[in-house]
Amino acid sequence: METLSWGAIIVRILLQFMPVWIALAAVFVLSITYKRKLGLYGKLFDSKVGMVGFFLVMFWIFTGLFGAMDMIITHDPLTQISGLKNKAPGTPVPDSSKYSGYYLLGGDNLARDVFSRMVKGAFVVVQIAPLSTLFAFMVGITLGLPAGYFGGYLDTALSFAANLILAFPVILLFYLLVTPEIVESGIPNYMAAVLFIFPLIFVGVLLNSRFHTRPSVRTPLLIVVLGSMGWIYLSLISEKGGAIDLVPALLDGFDVPGGILVVFVAVVFVNAPTVFRIVRGLTLDVKTRDYVAAAQTRGESHWYIMLWEILPNVRGPLIVDFCLRIGYTTILLGTLGFFGLGLPPESPDWGSTINEGRKLLSIYLHPALPPAIALLSLVLGLNLLADGLREESLRD
Amino acid sequence: MVLFLLRRLAFMILTALCLTFIVFALTNLPPNLEKLAKTQGNSRMADAEVTSWLHKRGYDRPMLTKYGEWLGVVPGFTISDEAGDVTGTCIKRSIDPANAPKYCGVLQGDWGTSTVFRDDVSTIIGTRLALTGKLMFWVLVVMIPSALILGVIAGMKEGSKTDRTLSSIAITTTATPEYVSGVILIAVFASSAVGLKWFTGTATKAMDDATFRNFFLPVVTIALYGMGYIARMTRASMAEVMTAQYIRTARLKGVKFRDIVIRHALRNALIAPFTVIMLQIPWLLNGVVIVETLFNYKGFGWALVQAAGNNDISLLLGVSVVSVVVVLLTQLISDIGYVYLNPRIRVS
Repeated sequence: METLSWGAIIVRILLQFMPVWIALAAVFVLSITYKRKLGLYGKLFDSKVGMVGFFLVMFWIFTGLFGAMDMIITHDPLTQISGLKNKAPGTPVPDSSKYSGYYLLGGDNLARDVFSRMVKGAFVVVQIAPLSTLFAFMVGITLGLPAGYFGGYLDTALSFAANLILAFPVILLFYLLVTPEIVESGIPNYMAAVLFIFPLIFVGVLLNSRFHTRPSVRTPLLIVVLGSMGWIYLSLISEKGGAIDLVPALLDGFDVPGGILVVFVAVVFVNAPTVFRIVRGLTLDVKTRDYVAAAQTRGESHWYIMLWEILPNVRGPLIVDFCLRIGYTTILLGTLGFFGLGLPPESPDWGSTINEGRKLLSIYLHPALPPAIALLSLVLGLNLLADGLREESLRD
Repeated sequence: MVLFLLRRLAFMILTALCLTFIVFALTNLPPNLEKLAKTQGNSRMADAEVTSWLHKRGYDRPMLTKYGEWLGVVPGFTISDEAGDVTGTCIKRSIDPANAPKYCGVLQGDWGTSTVFRDDVSTIIGTRLALTGKLMFWVLVVMIPSALILGVIAGMKEGSKTDRTLSSIAITTTATPEYVSGVILIAVFASSAVGLKWFTGTATKAMDDATFRNFFLPVVTIALYGMGYIARMTRASMAEVMTAQYIRTARLKGVKFRDIVIRHALRNALIAPFTVIMLQIPWLLNGVVIVETLFNYKGFGWALVQAAGNNDISLLLGVSVVSVVVVLLTQLISDIGYVYLNPRIRVS
């Protein structure tokens, strides 16, 4: 077989992404048809910037999801096929019973398919970035609201802790936290135990403050919600033979490998103080408003005011920051991969692939550039999406 | 004002103490000490050998004592072997143990010895910081003017075509972390595959002899990432000033648009970016670590990576003290500068 020309490579890559195009078309057609009924999300489709951002973000989300189902990839991302080391894009795979087709974006240093690795790498980001950002928001909101609302010593202590973490250079923190030695000592598990309890506290207080006047609704609701969240929490932090081994194996729903857990914890830990500062600042601003005073006069509890009066009213800036922060988390994950921290070395995530590719950059460009451009486009998409959301939420 | 400065100074010292203690605690965890013993001694040491190696160097004592020694508030560690020779952290090779100082910590000006580079931490940090200072200087020289010009031009006429284009450029650079832009820039301008070869892909030579050819890429890589953010802030600030009453008055008086921008708007529009620039400097430190690794420029960031990778306790502590001082000092300068630039705010 001949080596493909650039035109043929592009056509084949576009065809390979067919499931993504179909899913994207479906999302856009549905959203634009019903955009008047979809609130802020629907308004996104009025702004060109927002639409471009949304397109890029959804492209990588679908790529990650379909890639995880082995739909888009052409080869296994870990298989090495001899004779394809550092081969140029479009090189045909030597005919055999097991393999066929082309290395669309060439082979890397270990003769693996660059294209499939890039697609698989999207799933690593899609898995970790939004979820860890969500956790960081839970921690930041649960601590930031009372700090801003009550002030006093609580505020001083929490702000000092937040500033302390922010004074750390991120990379030094990563180097201290994300090493096999630290994983061995069990610190990530303890940190996970502390950080992951915040969603439980948040949801518990949220529901309790709303429904505490109606115990017949409140009690069963809290039992069901906190029970299931508690089970997820315990499965998440306890690991067979690890530092925290609380749950019997029968009940332990899933194990998170130590490497992934430590990355997750480190990213939440780095992001939470910034979210805390934002929420605290917004609360300080909003708590002087009339509707807060009205709620106080009505005799609502403090937590009801914080979670049901203040929080909904600061959601605009928080949603915008959430998008930006997922982008920043993606950058952080790439940084971890770039320094070879946390994720296993053969992992197809973009940071690790860029790190591997850069060593031969002066001779071969194709292993390093696709993950670099993928990361760039995803973060750019998230930034544009945040811009679009900001524009649209300011409009009314 | 003096009280304000004193409070900030106290805060800075407290933060530095907490931060170094955290670093100290993490680097002194048993698995990390074992790694240190194995990298410094022999990688195939048995557990008993590791224990005795750590004991001889005083690593196996309580954390607070060791931290106090590093600070210089607890007498330095000494141990005498079977022959009666006394060795210890405070006893330098050429000095008689009897005359050696009792305390040797940061308070005495002794930052300890790096286990990786086998040299005084203060000398290492001094030389590495000077190299990074050179890099940062050129980054700031490139970054600040280009970011301000970009932001001012974009903010002059909000919503215009120029504004849209320049804002897209700014948003793209903020979305490009250093390891992505660095890789792309090396690929385009330095690799033999594309063939431009305008610049070199490593900056090792730039440590002694920086030229445009070997220093441009690392500088631009850091500058690009920081630039976008400053430019966006400048644009927002400029756009806000341009809607102010006194600008409208000036326009109605018939002042030329160019004069309005330069004489009336610019000064007020540059207050907010000043704060942003100062707060951006600690963020550049991350970029410095990535770029120094990518371009093999052996500065402060490179030393950080070496120290962290080898669990070099003294050097890591030195590095964290320097970075916390940089972070808090820039915050202080931005606060004070903001007050001087903006007459509407006074320190309360």
